[in-house]
Amino acid sequence: MLTVNDLSVNYGVINAVKKVSFEIDEGEIVSLIGSNGAGKTTILKTISGLLRPKNGEITYLGTNIKRHGAPRIVAEGISQVPEGRHIFPGMSVKENLQMGAFLIKNKAKIKANLDEIFERFPILKDRINQDAATLSGGEQQMLAMARALMAKPKLILLDEPSMGLSPIFINEIFDIIQKINQQGTTVLLIEQNAKKALSISDRAYVLASGEVKMTGSGKELLANVEVQKAYLGG
Amino acid sequence: MQIIFQQIINGLSLGSIYALLALGYTMVYGIIKLINFAHGDIYMLGAFWGFYVINEWHFNFIAALLSSMVIGAISGVTIEYFAYRPLRHSPRITALITAIGVSYLLENGMSYSFSSNTRSFPQVIKQHSFDVGGVLISNIQILILVTSCVLMVLLQVIIKKTKMGKAMRAVSVDADAAELVGININHTISFTFALGSALAGAAGVLIGLYYNSIDPLMGMTPGIKAFIAAVLGGIGSVPGAAVGGFLIGVLETFFQAIGLSAYKDAVVYVVLIAILLILPAGIFGKNVKEKV
Repeated sequence: MLTVNDLSVNYGVINAVKKVSFEIDEGEIVSLIGSNGAGKTTILKTISGLLRPKNGEITYLGTNIKRHGAPRIVAEGISQVPEGRHIFPGMSVKENLQMGAFLIKNKAKIKANLDEIFERFPILKDRINQDAATLSGGEQQMLAMARALMAKPKLILLDEPSMGLSPIFINEIFDIIQKINQQGTTVLLIEQNAKKALSISDRAYVLASGEVKMTGSGKELLANVEVQKAYLGG
Repeated sequence: MQIIFQQIINGLSLGSIYALLALGYTMVYGIIKLINFAHGDIYMLGAFWGFYVINEWHFNFIAALLSSMVIGAISGVTIEYFAYRPLRHSPRITALITAIGVSYLLENGMSYSFSSNTRSFPQVIKQHSFDVGGVLISNIQILILVTSCVLMVLLQVIIKKTKMGKAMRAVSVDADAAELVGININHTISFTFALGSALAGAAGVLIGLYYNSIDPLMGMTPGIKAFIAAVLGGIGSVPGAAVGGFLIGVLETFFQAIGLSAYKDAVVYVVLIAILLILPAGIFGKNVKEKV
């Protein structure tokens, strides 16, 4: 579905991503794990069109999308949930969700998507007219994911969805990710919480200092001694 | 008492002009964090356009007002496209200096092309005054107040209810997140400039009717006062800009009325200094701490 080939990206003067290659097949959950500064977020931002690659190709459903801007990539079916949630403060939960469907012209369809979202995230329905900035961290994360789902993406890119959340919420978020996936959305997940991420991933890539160091199925990497040492706390 | 009411009416008329201008400042600041110092000159362009079409093409008031808004919008979008867009990722000070440059270009370009003489604005509507309990209200004042209020309500509806308005708010609070839901940042910024500049164009025609005289440098002082109005209301806040505009207008008129005409500009600048010292976020502004 998505193939990244020899991708290099500069972040300012720093060469943040060096010749990274990976692929995601339709229906999978694929994780990129690695510590701070490994280049994970840079890769995600490059796929979603916020950053321009220096070299390499990004092929999505057979088309090269590396020169496409972010709005066009959203239109093509890739939505990103940014790190730190980035919901729109000062706008209500409903308005935030409506913004997620910005590119959908058909009002009935937006309404249908909204109903579907409220079914999946009942808490957001309770908060429908509340300023999004007043939600708790976990609710904001749900809102950010729900907003991305409003565009009905084929591929969803999740950047550190568990960041700053309590263990209960982390479990809930990971349950939601699995459900989203079961309903047919392909997931690319970036996590520092490697254990959690690997446990729900079909496949994963381990990144360090901008390069892919290891790859395998989620189970394999969970069992791998080196991965355990480096990312799973021994 | 009558004098006070009289001055309030005069102040509100002038204030609504400032309010229209302040809205443009505040919207542009809200979306790209730029104080667009060329904004006052768009108001001048609007006034000159009104002057031209009323004299040469015999437009009536409504046609002159609407066409000035269109001209204002086109100039605003053009300025943004050529002067500010290439500097989108430059330091803010670069864009600010460019805005001052654009302002000088417009002022001196107009002086050079059409002479810097003061012209008398054609009185497309015959002025007459109503006496309401000793307070004189002219039909022009009513027209200014009504037009400004209609435009402000319209603006509020656009910002709150329409898709583009919501996109504007989304881009102004979080540009990256806005892009990630598919909002085209450039289009949204152009749209913001178009709205703000259209209001400035309208203000130009209204002031022409009110003061009867226009010249290429007419935008400088009202531009700065409208900027102060925006700061007073809380820069970035749309209702704040409207309230700030009215307050500055009333304040200025009061100082004129009590015989301190010579200080009517100075007092507005004192307000700026005071507000920056006491209430830097303005009346409606949120005091957002910058995260480090």
